[in-house]
Amino acid sequence: MSEPRAAAEAAVFSKSEMMIVAAARELVGQRVCFVGVGLPNIAVNLARLTVAPTLELVYESGAFGAKPGRLPLSIGDPTIVTGATAAVSMFELFSFYLQGGLVDVGFLGAAQVDRYGNLNSTVIGDYAHPKTRLPGSGGACEIAINARQVFVIMRQSKRSFVDRIDFRTSPGNLGGAETAARIRREQGWLGRGPSVVVTDLGVYHFDDSGEMRLDSIHPGATLEQVRATMGWEPKVADPLPVTPEPTAEELRLIREELDPEGAYTK
Amino acid sequence: MSKVTSMRDAVADVVHDGDVVAIEGFTHLICFAAGHEIIRQRKRDLTLARLTPDLIYDQMVAAGTARKLVFSWLGNPGVGGLHAIRRRVENADPAPLELEEYSHFGMVGRYTAGASNLPFFPLRSYFETDLPKANPLIRPIRSPFGEETVYAVPPLKPDVTVVHAQRADAEGNTQMWGLLGCQKEAAFAAERVIVVVEELCPEAVIRADPNRTVIPGLIVDAVVVEPFGAHPSYVQGAYDRDNHFYRDWDAISREAETTQAWLDEWVYGVSGRAEYVEKLGPERVASLRPSGEAPSGSVDYGVYK
Repeated sequence: MSEPRAAAEAAVFSKSEMMIVAAARELVGQRVCFVGVGLPNIAVNLARLTVAPTLELVYESGAFGAKPGRLPLSIGDPTIVTGATAAVSMFELFSFYLQGGLVDVGFLGAAQVDRYGNLNSTVIGDYAHPKTRLPGSGGACEIAINARQVFVIMRQSKRSFVDRIDFRTSPGNLGGAETAARIRREQGWLGRGPSVVVTDLGVYHFDDSGEMRLDSIHPGATLEQVRATMGWEPKVADPLPVTPEPTAEELRLIREELDPEGAYTK
Repeated sequence: MSKVTSMRDAVADVVHDGDVVAIEGFTHLICFAAGHEIIRQRKRDLTLARLTPDLIYDQMVAAGTARKLVFSWLGNPGVGGLHAIRRRVENADPAPLELEEYSHFGMVGRYTAGASNLPFFPLRSYFETDLPKANPLIRPIRSPFGEETVYAVPPLKPDVTVVHAQRADAEGNTQMWGLLGCQKEAAFAAERVIVVVEELCPEAVIRADPNRTVIPGLIVDAVVVEPFGAHPSYVQGAYDRDNHFYRDWDAISREAETTQAWLDEWVYGVSGRAEYVEKLGPERVASLRPSGEAPSGSVDYGVYK
């Protein structure tokens, strides 16, 4: 493949592809990652093929060291078992692997997130009389507490990036970094909490106060778009870099190997 | 003594109105065949327990078998929501549905406590979340050995647990492989157990590989041989998850009328799983077979005399 052609192809990519690539790059140097379906699944598999070749994939359904041969629709797909290092019961997975402290990164998404990275995946509205009943915790609350750090991947909108979440399913930095650190220490949580939020518009990390800060903006996105799609005035790094574009090789891996049907990336 | 029976007799004898029923299996080995037979026999007022209610409980709730759900993740995995259950929860349509909600580890811990005859299971979940407010059965407890506080969940002892597996012998000694979920814990916690298998095997096959035995016949009340009984869920090595059906269900279940029409055609309209599989057709069945074989190596247990 000639260089100019590769560069030209690399110039065209979707917002989802940018999210996947940005999330994958954050996994550099990580060892054990708890994977969810959809975008996290592609991001983690991309990381395994690029920046984190020794990454072990753990699925809450009980597969450790999975090497999926196709893109699984569900986290319990048979492809995550065939060829895995171990297929264990959920008791072992949650007790020994997660609560035992072996998981470096847990990926979570949610319907709502606040500035401190607290997540709601349970209800919109009142719990007893919900406007929208969402799936609930699954393993999210224990991942938020016991994984060494949490990566959040979700698209921005006024409905999802909110000033106050309706229900706290998974704790982030609670009401601020100081309180969160004290409570985590006192209660013996193994996790340090959320460390990165990757959206369709940019990449956020958490500052000393425990609040999300926009640390890079994706190519083509604007600060106006960022502000228009969240329920609080975001902190923004100064200067604000542009997220490096996906490389031709990253795009090839996503399109040819990880999501050839474009189920999650179009 | 052989416990082999038909699905119709197993459900009629073992499942009663008002029971707490757990049809377990995490994505893998979900016994839709048993769920459909429970619907056909019009069991009522069941409390349905499962980590992930999945399509099976959406169908059973739509059919009016349940008054309550005990669960930890309420969705159509990889697709979206469970619409029949959401109609009951959000609009009490056609009737309210009681919910008792935990996290995955909380549910696994509940079965574990139930199976081990313990008064609770301790875990490091729920800190600083709203879940203990939503469910007062999730309670903080102080360690008897120090200052630490952890959370406790109560034991779950289903009246009936249904387990689907690759194979069992006639006594119910059951072997499975692939994702094990918490089928073992749910079975040991239950008062009565139905095992449903793809294949009945001789006792010698079980005894040749005792490490693979997940459930002993000792705790099993009925053995049902029902090939393809987990469809649209899957059985590792035998058939794939029917992801198309999981997607189709999203449209089917959006309206009460289309949901009932589906139940009429695919549940009430067939006599049992064999007829369901016939209706699916050989092409659909063939399309779900694995694309190749991946046999395990064998191990040598040795003879000691």
